[in-house]
Amino acid sequence: MDSIVDRRLNGRNKSAVNRARFVRRYQDQLKRAVADAISKRSIKDLERGERVDLPRRDIREPVFHHGGGGYRESVHPGNKEYSAGDRLPRPAGGAQGRGNQASDSGEGEDDFSFVLSREEFLNFFFEDLALPDLVKTELTRLPRYKSVRAGFTTSGVPTNINVIRSLKSAAARRQVLQAPYRTRLKGVETQRDALVVGRGRAPELEALDEEIARLKRRIRAVPFIDTIDLRYNHRIKQPQPTTQAVMFCLMDVSGSMDQGRKEIAKRFFALLYLFLTRVYERIDVVFIRHHTQAAEVNEEEFFSARDTGGTVVSSALMLMQEIIAARYTSAAWNIYGAQASDGDNWHSDSSRCRELLEQEILPHVQYFAYVQVGAEEEQGLWQQYAATSAAHPRLAIRKINTVADIYPVFRQLFAKKPA
Amino acid sequence: MTRQLLSTGSEWSFELIDKYDRELARIAADFKLDTYPNQIEVVTAEQMMDAYASVGMPIGYQHWSYGKEYLAVENRYRRGQMGLAYELVINSNPCIAYLMEENTMTMQALVLAHACYGHNSFFKSNYLFRAWTTADSIVDYLVFARGFIGECEQRYGETAIEELLDSCHALRNYGVDRYKRPPQLSVERETARRRERDEYRQAAVNDIWRTLPTRDAVQDGASDERFPAEPQENLLYFIEKHAPLLEPWQREIVRIVRKLAQYFYPQRQTQVMNEGWATFWHYTLLNRMYDEGLVDDSFMLEFLTSHTNVIAQPGFDHPYYRGVNPYALGFSMMTDIRRICETPTPEDRQWFPDLAGTPWLGALDFAMRNFKDESFVAQYLSPKLIRDLRLFSLIDDDREDAYAVSAIHDDNGYRRIRRALAEQYNLGSREPNIQVNAVDRRGDRSLTLRHIPFERRPLGESTGDVLKHIARLWGFPVRLETLDVNNKPELVGHAHPAN
Repeated sequence: MDSIVDRRLNGRNKSAVNRARFVRRYQDQLKRAVADAISKRSIKDLERGERVDLPRRDIREPVFHHGGGGYRESVHPGNKEYSAGDRLPRPAGGAQGRGNQASDSGEGEDDFSFVLSREEFLNFFFEDLALPDLVKTELTRLPRYKSVRAGFTTSGVPTNINVIRSLKSAAARRQVLQAPYRTRLKGVETQRDALVVGRGRAPELEALDEEIARLKRRIRAVPFIDTIDLRYNHRIKQPQPTTQAVMFCLMDVSGSMDQGRKEIAKRFFALLYLFLTRVYERIDVVFIRHHTQAAEVNEEEFFSARDTGGTVVSSALMLMQEIIAARYTSAAWNIYGAQASDGDNWHSDSSRCRELLEQEILPHVQYFAYVQVGAEEEQGLWQQYAATSAAHPRLAIRKINTVADIYPVFRQLFAKKPA
Repeated sequence: MTRQLLSTGSEWSFELIDKYDRELARIAADFKLDTYPNQIEVVTAEQMMDAYASVGMPIGYQHWSYGKEYLAVENRYRRGQMGLAYELVINSNPCIAYLMEENTMTMQALVLAHACYGHNSFFKSNYLFRAWTTADSIVDYLVFARGFIGECEQRYGETAIEELLDSCHALRNYGVDRYKRPPQLSVERETARRRERDEYRQAAVNDIWRTLPTRDAVQDGASDERFPAEPQENLLYFIEKHAPLLEPWQREIVRIVRKLAQYFYPQRQTQVMNEGWATFWHYTLLNRMYDEGLVDDSFMLEFLTSHTNVIAQPGFDHPYYRGVNPYALGFSMMTDIRRICETPTPEDRQWFPDLAGTPWLGALDFAMRNFKDESFVAQYLSPKLIRDLRLFSLIDDDREDAYAVSAIHDDNGYRRIRRALAEQYNLGSREPNIQVNAVDRRGDRSLTLRHIPFERRPLGESTGDVLKHIARLWGFPVRLETLDVNNKPELVGHAHPAN
């Protein structure tokens, strides 16, 4: 009467909907957690899930319960030295009704922490960037594989049967299996021929005829094609493109770039990085910061350090060009540039920048994006770049005041290019 | 006694589970355990977490709080703080028990004995379960509830349902008729009656609120009857029946939450007994299998290791102390009853004259059928067990500046400890006593709740939030009074509906 059921193959994510609802309910808190995480993380490291903590009092479901205080008597095991009438000092911290008594309010005050999945994390990341849905799915997607031919296998689906291969192996099998009978047949036929020539006796002839017929039957009985002959086209999945790219991040770190502007710039660089990871297997990132002089730095210094003083943008462009010449010359590198600045520049330097860009940099790069962060009026550099961009589709420029302005910069990059 | 071993090694297979189940069923029948048929389901760890998160309902309606539960379980499991429970069993007919695929054969056998024969027979026979739950139809009712709530979400929006469920969940523990047996649940009846009930209820509600009074009545105030005539302890039921502004479908959802709370009500009152009973039987059944030569020494060693872990009771000063372990207490008490029956001491004869020397199987069966934790402890906790566990009771009085030890395991203390421990399992004193006191039918339609304090204990800090939830359901202001030392009501909280 008892029944045993194997449920292991049933769907396992029965709680997925409830989990999604939980995430939606606390999205404000989670969004904050994600924003914090982004500012802490390296831009190369955005694609992980993230452990987030929610204050437990925020997610508690209220019920009527007793608070501390009043009179209570509780029973505990493991008495060693107490006897009736002993008085024990109350422990500090006011842990009233030790142990099980307060179980109705149960949980401690520590945070409720859990791990956001990669998709959930990226969704929060994309949320205020105003990305179109199509782009979001493109970016959240795991690496794409291409299925390529890889010889033949003995098992597969009928649509993949390779006819020629299958018939070849059938032919070989028939050859091998029929061979012993054919040899015998040949022998018997010679014997019979000899007998016919020598006018042999009828019964012997009859026996030989029978044997010949039997052997021919055996030869015919070997099947024309059998399941072991079948060969299937074999396909394996290969990770799609395996090219490499280098991404240059150029940022103005002069006094006017405050923390807020840098945060916006970071989101911009991070998004470009994410886009590039969709297309390229390996990506180098080069960070160049500049005020009047440019220097190549690591990521941490790039975002945290702050200098004062004037701005000479061309110094960064020159350094970029030097680095390209020194390390990324070969055709194997796809070069991307991203520059963030508040647009301030040494007066006569802007035209020099334009020159450098047009002649030295744009011919080498796939794409160069310039964003002017936080400043509304068009600065000298902007005018020069605007003129360049009109003639060069590889240069995109944009003014960014909020993070929602970032995405349009990439629209052009993301658009399908004619091959 | 020279039977074949059922298995060696730790690998399990469906054939082996079936074999063990047959043997356990045979032995359980020897011991006269009365069980529902079992439906044994083998699941993965993830599915186990799913089942866990839905607090033991095989099919739950969708709500964020179950997602939270799932994340909490998953998180603890990942961090290794919690081994997943080996088993989960559902009070239904057939009785559904989950086995995890990661378990060894020994653990599967342990779970079979524990869940499919221990818990199962408890569900079938204990008076609270018999009175409060209907195992035959719970799964059907859950299907109905999930379907209905899903339908409402489509029609009225997920947010509306979520808010309503939040509010109902806040009152979940106040949705039980403690003194009336609820009618049986059944899907067809529920669905068929729903429409009828909707109409009727709306009409009844309108009736209460038909308060366009004649002028006379206002003038002399004669018809100022109290409503409700008597205080009501079942807040959810009161809201379902009398909240003025709820739509019929909202009343139905209140009812669903109430019915499910009722289904879990016996489990909250019989934790010690239920686990003690199941633990006693897995111990007894597996030992019998060993005696019959069906399992080998390595099986027993593995089984005893986890059995010992389950019934471990750290002392009050141990860092892992989390109160009295219900498995430990229940198992010790069940074993102790058997001891008192089989080999009573003079002390036992004095304390348990009706029990000492009687057949243990009958005595245990009687105890299982007719008690809940509170009365079970009050009836059966023996002086020997108090000594063995070295129990002591501690008074925490906020008027004193220190704890006081009121009783220890000696002649003067046994009765006091027994009473105090029983009281600890009394739901009535664990949860604040809050009742519907009055509805202001002529004025602002406000609802007044009254809290009757127990041992001067105040209400916890989330009371204000719960009142907001009640106001949302009631639709008009809600007030909460507490009786002070002189039995004078004193306003301690109020809430207004949001819009």
